[in-house]
Amino acid sequence: MASPRTPRPSAGPGRPGVRPSGGGVLNVFSHGILVLWALMVGVPLLWVLWSAFKDSSGILTDPWGLPTVLHWENWSNAWNEANMGRYFVNTAIVVGGSVTGTMVLGSMAAYVLARFTFPGNRFVYYLFVAGMSFPVFMLVIPLFFVMRDFPGTSLLATYHGLILVYIAYSLPFTVFFMTAFFRTLPTSVAEAALIDGASHTRTFFQVMLPMAKPGLISIGIFNFLGQWNQYLLPMVLNQQEDKYVLTQGLAMIALQQGYENDWGALMAGMVIAMLPVLVVYAVFQRQVQAGLTSGALK
Amino acid sequence: MQHGKYRFIVGFLAPPLLVYAVFVVSPFVQAFQISLTDWSGLVGTARFVGADNFVRLWESEEFWNALRHNVYMLALVPLVTLALGLFFAFMLNVGGRRRPNQVVAGVAGSRLYTFVFFLPQVISITIIAVIWFNIYNPDPDDGMLNSLLDAVGLEGLQNAWLGEKSLALWCISAVMVWGHVGFFVVLFSAAMASIPRDVYEAALLDGAGRSHTFFRITLPLLWDTVQTGWVYMGIIALDAFALVQIMSVNMGGPDGATDVMPLRLYLTAFRDSQYGFAAAMGVAMLVVTMAFAVLTLRFARRERIEY
Repeated sequence: MASPRTPRPSAGPGRPGVRPSGGGVLNVFSHGILVLWALMVGVPLLWVLWSAFKDSSGILTDPWGLPTVLHWENWSNAWNEANMGRYFVNTAIVVGGSVTGTMVLGSMAAYVLARFTFPGNRFVYYLFVAGMSFPVFMLVIPLFFVMRDFPGTSLLATYHGLILVYIAYSLPFTVFFMTAFFRTLPTSVAEAALIDGASHTRTFFQVMLPMAKPGLISIGIFNFLGQWNQYLLPMVLNQQEDKYVLTQGLAMIALQQGYENDWGALMAGMVIAMLPVLVVYAVFQRQVQAGLTSGALK
Repeated sequence: MQHGKYRFIVGFLAPPLLVYAVFVVSPFVQAFQISLTDWSGLVGTARFVGADNFVRLWESEEFWNALRHNVYMLALVPLVTLALGLFFAFMLNVGGRRRPNQVVAGVAGSRLYTFVFFLPQVISITIIAVIWFNIYNPDPDDGMLNSLLDAVGLEGLQNAWLGEKSLALWCISAVMVWGHVGFFVVLFSAAMASIPRDVYEAALLDGAGRSHTFFRITLPLLWDTVQTGWVYMGIIALDAFALVQIMSVNMGGPDGATDVMPLRLYLTAFRDSQYGFAAAMGVAMLVVTMAFAVLTLRFARRERIEY
């Protein structure tokens, strides 16, 4: 980027600070469109927040109005009456377990595939990567029966069942991403550790994983967002209400909403469900954007 | 080579591979198998019926209706989303005020715009569906869109939105566009950042304006990214399950006007217990998705530009 100390004589006759004509007008126009789109995106989300403090009749009859009285009871109603507290805990358990599991299993597989030559290496790698192109809709019917008829016990509507499925469906991209990442790491450090007598397992956990931290953070955020917002898999595999995750609970309340229902609590529930991802996004904005867009370029 | 290498490889590879094989690979294989039976979900009741389900699918007016809606979305949603994404990314990165010592510049506050535009991408689709359900609420006083139109004196444009047969599908498509534009702004911004600045400099010296710069330089150099984005957005347009399930009147209504393939599959399997028939729909969806991806990548291919 050009610094102020190196002015370009070719850029026009004006003194520094004088704009070329025409730019200003276009800018008002372009800024106008950008502001308009920002409002179209931002206002509906802010609307959820301010509606979470209104009562049902206020939300329905005056959708744009700001709350006149702050209805704090919406939050306790959402947490207790509408079971959002329970759904939140369910989601936290499942996502906590599955993000951890995805990271551990994903980086184990990726490390072996990236750093060791053995017969079948390419086959296993492409088997994982092919999973990115299977449409999940095609898999849900057989998956439902794999879970229901699992040897020993049904995995439907259990925490460990959902955790295993989330891990399995996150592995293709995680292995793809982490294999590429492990390939970029220098080999000398790991070799030194091996020569010093460390086992492969010890080298992996004490040398390679700490070095792979930036990659682990990106892919960890990617998996957290995807699994926290997952809708289809729990809809099919988790049809028991006390095991519902947040997305299911919200969809159920929204689908049943009638005039007698508590809209204020629904809005508060939506804020509760959004809060963790918004915090992660606000803190890790750059990594989130980079991670999600690299997912598209698989 | 080293001691214990193979034991280590097997020990590290077996657990992830096992989980993946049981929950992803085996369902993939079984999907084809189930699609050739009349399975209703009870163990031992499946009968091999060959291609019957596919014949039935071919003759199913309902399925063609759903497929047609997916094709409408496939034609429109990626086009509008990518066009808006390109337009915003260009404005944010190149369209800014040209200072005397700067050839290309983003507009002021581009980081804030990108932050806001990208927000829908991190929020659950369920929440997006509930928000837009309220925006489209047909009541002239309750609905956010209708009351906004009233407030600015455009009562004539008020509508039943999701309750209107001719509008409902487009209303849902608009939500898809709304949710993904920010994603492409980020994607295209990253691609634009890798275009060397002296290319723009040369164009400027030759007297190229903004639109010339965009169509002659930015777009051709971004073509690879646009193509991948097109496939990605097309696959999203072939889904639409959560939006239709939560927002549409009577799941896919009014009168089937918003029905889509994934919703058909879901209802056929988990409401009607016709698992064999639904699995055939799944196989059909795989074929449609693959055909779309292959055709796009084939017809959109251009001479690759090196720089």
